[in-house]
Amino acid sequence: MNDTGLVVAIKNVKKSFGNNVVLDGINLDVSKGEVVVICGRSGSGKSTLLRCIDQLETVDSGEIRAAGHLMGFKELNAKIVPLKDAAVAIQQRDIGMVFQNFNLFPHISVLENIMIAPTRILKRKKDEVEKEALALLERVGLPDKKNAYPRQLSGGQQQRIAIARALAMKPKLMLFDEPTSALDPEMISEVLDVMVDLSKAGMTMIVVTHEMGFARAAADRVILMHDAKIVEDATPKDFFENPKSEHTRLFLSKILQH
Amino acid sequence: MSWSWPYFFDYMINGLMLRGVWVTIWLSIISMILGLGLGILAALMKMYGNRGTRYIAEFYIWLFRGTPILIQLVIIYTGLPQLGIRFNVVESCILGLALNEGAYLAEIIRSGIMSVDKGQEDASRAVGMNWRERMWLVILPQATRTIIPPLGNQFNGMLKTTSLCSVISMQELMRSAQMIAQIQFRVLEAYCIAALWYLLLVSIWGLVQTRIEAHYERPFGSEEAKPHSEK
Repeated sequence: MNDTGLVVAIKNVKKSFGNNVVLDGINLDVSKGEVVVICGRSGSGKSTLLRCIDQLETVDSGEIRAAGHLMGFKELNAKIVPLKDAAVAIQQRDIGMVFQNFNLFPHISVLENIMIAPTRILKRKKDEVEKEALALLERVGLPDKKNAYPRQLSGGQQQRIAIARALAMKPKLMLFDEPTSALDPEMISEVLDVMVDLSKAGMTMIVVTHEMGFARAAADRVILMHDAKIVEDATPKDFFENPKSEHTRLFLSKILQH
Repeated sequence: MSWSWPYFFDYMINGLMLRGVWVTIWLSIISMILGLGLGILAALMKMYGNRGTRYIAEFYIWLFRGTPILIQLVIIYTGLPQLGIRFNVVESCILGLALNEGAYLAEIIRSGIMSVDKGQEDASRAVGMNWRERMWLVILPQATRTIIPPLGNQFNGMLKTTSLCSVISMQELMRSAQMIAQIQFRVLEAYCIAALWYLLLVSIWGLVQTRIEAHYERPFGSEEAKPHSEK
């Protein structure tokens, strides 16, 4: 996989919740350093796709390769065997994920939120990790919040801390699941700024969002999902100016009419 | 024979009585700690185990919540020797109290775990924590906040439930009062002193509990909760 330069390679992934098909034969490749924005109306399967990549959900069929791993499985003598929880956790360390509701750990301070995974899981030295954590706080523009508890921060600040927490594990891939949807409008840009910086620094990113400004500014490709399928996969320019799919035209007319 | 203040004050600091107080304290603490371990184990088995472990946990909870602690103590101390299983008085008391407590705590802990936001599980998975790490670093510490108030209530109960151990001749506070009462037949004075000691222990625990609750509330508390000035 590394030789092909792909950080994500998804082949024919299917997933249903009961009778409800949420992913219907998804194929998606993402190269190193690429920023892919996924949009689509709610229920189209985009969040589930991200959650499947990070193994927060398991797929029914198909395969997901991400950050150098065959997610959820291992290849053993040409056979494919499902992994146990602890082994999946090791794969997940290489992928960072940011959630709509931030999901910071509320019982510990901001600095501890960022340091908990490197120190308690990777068992790295505390002072070394702290140095990196402080640098990350600097990077997301919140160096003075290290001793605050999450609930003392605004939504935008919490989301920036959540990004720092994910980056502390030095992931090869970052997934963003509607990172600005729960934010007050005036806080959206502070989070998007951090994400744009991250993309400029060469991070491979998949971002589920309706922020078309971000898609224009930072995305290499924009994807539209509709009814559990990918119906458009284009450069931002083509996506906005020359979409191939009828669904994309409809989606854009709805989202851009304001 | 009427009420006697001299006896009353004499019993208050009677060596036998003080020894009983001390036994009640350590018996409660040890049983509570073991009960807490059993409760966590049973709660996790019930919530995350396979069918077998779930049934074992459910059976345990059902059995020990469904029968009187007094009968459990008597069976452990005087019944089991019939099968060749012998525990001394102290072991029997600790075993009985811990098993009984664990069954109640299991349900309290389970509801505490369920009160933790589902997003916490996602977030802890996403940074690469395995089940054990998620539990110990993220889920249980947060469940603790919900668990502490009813847990304190249970310990309050435990301090008084230990008095039942007097039935199998454990020399705790209640048993001490019984023994003292039999010396000069100052029954009322002896048991009133015992009652006072229980009140005192429970009151002290109440103060400790308040501080523990405050400690776990701190990250969520209101006094520091105002957002720091925006940067």
